[in-house]
Amino acid sequence: MQISQGKPFDAGSFDVIIVGAGHAGSEAALAAARMGNKTLLLTISLEMVAFMPCNPSVGGPAKGIVVREIDALGGEMGHNIDKTYVQMRMLNTGKGPAVRALRAQADKHAYHRAMKQTMEETPNLTLRQATVDQLVVEDGACKGVITNTGARYFAKAVVLATGTAARGKIIIGELMYESGPNNTQSATKLSENLEELGFDLQRFKTGTPPRINGNTIDYSVTEEQPGDEKPHHFSFDTPDSQYISVSDQISCWLTYTNPTTHQIIRDNLDRAPMFTGVIEGVGPRYCPSIEDKIVRFADKDRHQVFLEPEGRDTDEWYVDGMSTSMPEEIQEKMLHSVKGLEHAKLMRPGYAIEYDVVAPYQLHPTLETKLIKNLFTAGQTNGTSGYEEAAGQGLIAGINAGLRAQGKGPFVLKRSDAYIGVMIDDLVTKGTKEPYRLLTSRAEYRLILRHDNADLRLMEKGHAIGLVSDERLAKMEHKKALVEAEIARLKKIRIKPANEAANNLIEAHGDNPLKDAIAAADFLKRPYVDYQTLMELIPDPDEPLSREVIEQVEIQLKYEGYIKKEEVKVERLKRMEAKKIPADLDYSAIDGLATEGRQKLEKIRPETLAQASRISGVNPADLAILSVYLRQGRLAKLKD
Amino acid sequence: MANSEFDTIAAISTPVGEGGISIIRISGDEAIEVAKKLYHGSKDLAKVATNTINYGHIVDPDSGTEVDEVMVSIMRAPHTYTREDVVEINCHGGLLATNRILQLTLSHGARLAEPGEFTKRAFLNGRLDLSQSEAVMDLIRAKTDKSMKVALNQLDGDLSRLIKALRKDILDVLAQVEVNIDYPEYDAVEEMTTKMLKEKAQEVQQRIQALLKTAKQGKVLRDGLATAIIGRPNVGKSSLLNTLLHEDKAIVTNVAGTTRDVIEEYVNVEGVPLKLIDTAGIRHTEDTVEKIGVERSRQAIDTADLVLLLIDSSNPLTDEDRDLIKLTAGKPRIVILNKTDLENKIDLDELGQLINGDRIIKTSIVEHQGMEELGEAISHMFFDEGIESSQNTVMVTNARHIGLLHQANDALNDVLSGIAAGMPVDLVQIDMTRCWELLGEITGDSYQDELLDQLFSQFCLGK
Repeated sequence: MQISQGKPFDAGSFDVIIVGAGHAGSEAALAAARMGNKTLLLTISLEMVAFMPCNPSVGGPAKGIVVREIDALGGEMGHNIDKTYVQMRMLNTGKGPAVRALRAQADKHAYHRAMKQTMEETPNLTLRQATVDQLVVEDGACKGVITNTGARYFAKAVVLATGTAARGKIIIGELMYESGPNNTQSATKLSENLEELGFDLQRFKTGTPPRINGNTIDYSVTEEQPGDEKPHHFSFDTPDSQYISVSDQISCWLTYTNPTTHQIIRDNLDRAPMFTGVIEGVGPRYCPSIEDKIVRFADKDRHQVFLEPEGRDTDEWYVDGMSTSMPEEIQEKMLHSVKGLEHAKLMRPGYAIEYDVVAPYQLHPTLETKLIKNLFTAGQTNGTSGYEEAAGQGLIAGINAGLRAQGKGPFVLKRSDAYIGVMIDDLVTKGTKEPYRLLTSRAEYRLILRHDNADLRLMEKGHAIGLVSDERLAKMEHKKALVEAEIARLKKIRIKPANEAANNLIEAHGDNPLKDAIAAADFLKRPYVDYQTLMELIPDPDEPLSREVIEQVEIQLKYEGYIKKEEVKVERLKRMEAKKIPADLDYSAIDGLATEGRQKLEKIRPETLAQASRISGVNPADLAILSVYLRQGRLAKLKD
Repeated sequence: MANSEFDTIAAISTPVGEGGISIIRISGDEAIEVAKKLYHGSKDLAKVATNTINYGHIVDPDSGTEVDEVMVSIMRAPHTYTREDVVEINCHGGLLATNRILQLTLSHGARLAEPGEFTKRAFLNGRLDLSQSEAVMDLIRAKTDKSMKVALNQLDGDLSRLIKALRKDILDVLAQVEVNIDYPEYDAVEEMTTKMLKEKAQEVQQRIQALLKTAKQGKVLRDGLATAIIGRPNVGKSSLLNTLLHEDKAIVTNVAGTTRDVIEEYVNVEGVPLKLIDTAGIRHTEDTVEKIGVERSRQAIDTADLVLLLIDSSNPLTDEDRDLIKLTAGKPRIVILNKTDLENKIDLDELGQLINGDRIIKTSIVEHQGMEELGEAISHMFFDEGIESSQNTVMVTNARHIGLLHQANDALNDVLSGIAAGMPVDLVQIDMTRCWELLGEITGDSYQDELLDQLFSQFCLGK
C-alpha cells in the first residue's frame, strides 16, 4: 500500500502512453512505436513485462488463431512464442481446417525476457517502471497520466492495460491481501480515479493453481504428452528449419484427481473462499477452480490434471486443472492425494485474484472509451481473460491510439475479418458478465476465420497501417499468387476415365468409376483424395510448392462449397455494416421504439445498424423504426 | 441472424380469401432469381424486359408438380414501389394455391416480409417523401403489434413445446461438437463423429417432416382438400357427386367462381373436408354426353390434391380409361371400380399393373355399396392412422412457420449430404446450427448465449 505521494513534476511529452506491460500493454506499445509514435510504456514492475502469471502456454482453439492474426497484422506475440516455446502441438487435427489449433508450451521466463528485449531495442519506445495513480483529463479528453512518484507525462492518447493489478486482491483460504498478479503491487488509486471520472467498473475474479517442484513428481505413473514431430510455428516469418525437434522439446504429463482428492475438498468447503462469500468477483465458467468443479459436477469421480513445465531454466511445474484458493495446508493435502504427486513439494500455493474491470459496453470498437476521448483500454481491463485475448486487444488499442496521435481515422476489424473482430464486437455490443474467453463457437464465420489464412486475410491491413513491411507483404502476395495459380491449374486439368491410376484409386475406395472427364480440382474434393494423391494422377506444377501453399490449395478447393456459403452471408452483413448511426443520435426523440430497445440502444450506442441488430433486447420492429428514422434525418438535412 | 433489410422478401399482397386473383409479391436483389426457380414458361425471367407480364406455370422444383397457372410481372429496380427488383405472381387464387406459391418462394430464397416491410423499403430507398415517413413508422409499429399477437396465437403451446424439444436435442449435439473443438483434451465427453451426427440429423428430420405433414393436414382441414372426380362419360361421376353431397348435406356450400365458370362444392368425408373441383363440368358433360374427357379433366387434375378416378367395371378398359390412368399417375389417387352390381368385365390384372399399386375401392354407387370404404380410404390417405388420432396432432398452419420448417429441413439435407461427401464434423455442424437457428425463429429464441450456457452447464470444462 502506498503511504505517501511523490511531489508533482513534469516528466515529458509523448505521442502515446501505455499503462501496463502485460500481453495487452506490450502489443499496444510496440504497435504504437512501430507506427512512428513517440511511445512511453509504464509498468509497476519491469520484471512483469509480458509475464505469464497463470498457465505457461500460448494458443489453443480460437486463441491460436488470434496469435496468427496478431502476427499477420504486425504484432509480436507470434514471433515471441516461436523464439521461446518448449513444446509445440497442433490440436484438432482430426477435424476440419477451421478448428485446427496450434498450442505451444512457453518458457515463461524466456518469453518475458525476449519480449522485454524486443521492446528495449524498438526505436521510439521508452520503458519505465512506475505506478499510474491518475489520468490527466481536460474537457472530456485524456491528456496524460500522473504516477506515484509525482511524474506528470503528457500524451495525445493513453492506453490502459492494467490487468489484474487494478485494485487487485489475492485470496488463499482465510488469507486476503492487496496484490497484483504474482505478488506484485496492486494499483488502487487509478481505479478510484476511473470511478470519479464516471466509469462503470465491474469486479471479476480469476485464479491459478499451485506450482510444484518437478524433481518431486513421479512421472512414471502419469501419461506423457509429447509435442509434434511435424514442424509448426505461429509466425508467418519463422521457417520450418527453426523447428525444435521433439526430442529437444519438453513433454507435458497427464494425471487425475480421485475420490480422495474430492473428499479432502468437500471436507474443507467451509474454508473455501469460493463458497464462504469472501469472493465477490465473478469468475469464469470455462476455467473453474477445482473446488468449483467438485461442487458443480459432484457425480464425476475424477478430473484431468496436466503437469506443464514453466521453462527450461526452472524446475517449477504448473499443475493445470487444479486452480484453487483453498487454504495452503489443504492445497498440499489435495496435491498429495493425486497419483504421481504423492511426494510433490509445493513451491507456490494457488490463489484467487479479484480485480476491477471497465465494463466494456463503455467502449467504441476502436477500444476508445465513449466517456473520455483519447483514452483507450485493453486486455483484462476490458473483462477478458487469456494472454491471446489481451494481446489482440492491446494491438488494436495501440494501433488506434497511434492513429489518433497521428490524426488519422480509426482501425476496426469486423466479425468477418478476424476473431479479434468477433471478440471486440462481443465486448462492446453485449458487454460481459464473466471474464470473457474466445471460443470458436462465438464466431459465426469460423470457416473463413481460419488459422491457416490469417496472413491472407489480414496482412494487407497491417501493411496499410505501417506495421507490415513491403518485403513481408510481397512474400505473402507471392504465396497468394502461387495458391491462385495452382487452383486455376487444377481447375483446368481434366482426369479422364482412361486414367488408370485414378481408376485404381477409385476402385480401392469402392467409388463409382468415372463416366466423364472430371476437373482435377473436383477430384480433389473426394474424401479419399488429398493433394499428394492427386499429384500421382496428374503432372506436378512447374515449380515445387511449399507446404503452406499446398495446404491453402487443398483447403480452398475441398471446402469450396461451405466457404462460398459463408462468403455470401458476409456480403449480406456488409451492407448492414455500411449503414452508420450518428454517434450523437437522440434515441428519446424517436417515436415508436420499445422501452427496452431504446434503453439498450442508449447504453450501447451502436455505430452501425448491423451492430444494433446484435444487441439483445432490440427487436426487429425497433430496427425497422431506427432505419426509417435515420433515413428521415437524411431527408430533413437535404431539405435544410 | 436477425432479419436484414437486404433480404429478399415475399408476401401475399391481396386480401386473403377475397377475389378471384391473388398476388404474391417478391422484392429484393434475388426476387427474379427466386421466381425463376419456380416458373415454367416459354420465357427466361432473368432476361425479360422490365414491366412485362409473362404467362406460365408455377412448379414445385423439388417434386416437379404444377401448382397453378400464373401471370408473372417482372419489374426491375429502380422504377418499382420498393425501388428494388419486384416480381408479382398473379395466380387464380384459392387459398391453397396462393399459400403454396408463397411457401415455395420462402423455401427458395425469400423470407416472409415483416408487417409493413414493403412500405418501409419504399421509404428507405427514397420512394416516399418525408411527410410520409411518420405514417410509415406508425404502420410498422401498429402492424408489428398486431402481427405479434397473431403470431403468438398461431404458435400454440403444443407446437412451441415440440419445437423447443427439437431445439434442445439439436443443442445437445451442437454443444458436444463445440466441446470437442474448444476442449480437445477434455476426456469426459465422447468424440462426436459424423456417424452420430447423421443419426441425429435423420431423427430430427423425421420429426420436422412429420410436422410439415401436419402442415399439409392443417391446411386441408381449413381450406378443403381439392378433389377431382375423374372418369370417362357415364362412369358414375355424377352419382358419386350426388351421393357425397347427399350424405353430408349439412355442410355443403356452393361457391361461385367470379372469373370462370367453375363451381366448387365442399363436403366433409370422414372428417376430411373435400373441395370438389369443377362439379359443374361433371354435371355438364354427363348430361350432354359430349366427347370430352381428357382436355377438361386435365385442368381439374392439375389443381387437385386428390383424384378420385372412376372406372366402369361392367365394361372392359377403354383407351380413354387408360389415358386418364396415365394422366392421373403421380397424384394422390383412389381408383373407384364402380358398377359392381353388374357383371364384371374388366381385366383386374391389367388394371392393377396400370395403376401401379394404388388403392382400388369397389363400389356400386347406385346401390350405396362401398361408400364407407371410400370414406375410410380418403381419411386414411391423409391421416395415416385415421382422423381421430390426427385431432390430437399438432398442426402447423402459419405460413412463416411452414417456410421456416422447410428451410430447417433443407439445412438437414445439407447436413446429410455433407456427411455423405466425407466432410469433417465441424463443417457439417454449420448446417446443423443453421437448422437450430431456423427453428429458433419459430419460437423466437435464437440467442447465441444458449449454446455457451449449455456448454458450461453440461460439461465440466477448463483446466
